[in-house]
Amino acid sequence: MNRFLLPLVVVLIIIPIFVMGLRSDPSALPSQYIGKPAPEFSLPTLADPTKTFSSEDLKGQVSLVNIWATWCGGCRTEHPFLMELARSNTIPIYAINWRDNRPAALSFLEQLGNAYVASGFDEDGRVGIDWGAYGAPETFLINSEGEVVYRFTGPLDRVFWEQEFVPRIAELVE
Amino acid sequence: MMARLIAVLTFLSLSVSVLAIDSEQAFDDPVLQARYEKLVAEVRCVTCQNQNIKDSNAFIASDLRREIRRMIGEGKSNDEIKDFLVTRYGDFVLYRPRFEGKTLVLWIAPFLLVLFGGVALVRVVRHRMALPMDDEPGSNGGLQ
Repeated sequence: MNRFLLPLVVVLIIIPIFVMGLRSDPSALPSQYIGKPAPEFSLPTLADPTKTFSSEDLKGQVSLVNIWATWCGGCRTEHPFLMELARSNTIPIYAINWRDNRPAALSFLEQLGNAYVASGFDEDGRVGIDWGAYGAPETFLINSEGEVVYRFTGPLDRVFWEQEFVPRIAELVE
Repeated sequence: MMARLIAVLTFLSLSVSVLAIDSEQAFDDPVLQARYEKLVAEVRCVTCQNQNIKDSNAFIASDLRREIRRMIGEGKSNDEIKDFLVTRYGDFVLYRPRFEGKTLVLWIAPFLLVLFGGVALVRVVRHRMALPMDDEPGSNGGLQ
């Protein structure tokens, strides 16, 4: 039955494509910086405007960069887990405080604890845009060359940590 | 009656400009303003993905509008501005993706599909035309 062969082949090709389409999250935007140097920036720190936190600080160690803000509900949700991570001394966590208000951000950290080695204060949101952030929270894994290895969007928790970050960090530290 | 209708329509048309997200004129120069309006209509809001940044009141949309205003003000070309956006957010951020390697399939797939359909159509029609017609005398519709 030769005339059924072609349609059959076409269907067999199309079905896996459809299945892939159903499984992928259409709203997830891949970061454009995977495997590339983290975007350069230099920001005043949240705690002390006379000090700066810059992309240079990210070199020479494996670290996390967390984009957060007090207006972001997910940031509040993930904060206890970030605190837990910070206490375990697994990895230094840096932050970009995105489009926020300094007193509000400082009181957030005072109430919930400061998980960050340093927080850059990105008042007008330019650095967030440079990082390709489209929401908060976003968490970037940075290698010791200062390159972006992975980006996670949404509130981070232990399950995602074990699943997405732990294996990647193990690879980097080797 | 007519006067009332006109009054209602007038007020309705006024309300549109009140609700507009990006109502402030960005540039005095009409050429720059036109470029700005065209660009913001073509850039996707990255958090509210089925809207352009012109119609979105998400803060990231207003930030991107501000960046586009800044770059136009600095005399950057449309291509440079699109480069800025694509470097950060990928091709997805442009409603009209550029014609290049990664987006090639987006641009040529519709034409390929039409071509494929056309070829299939011609083949089917030719095949059917070659068949004897049912109501032709002599073929008698397969009846004995």
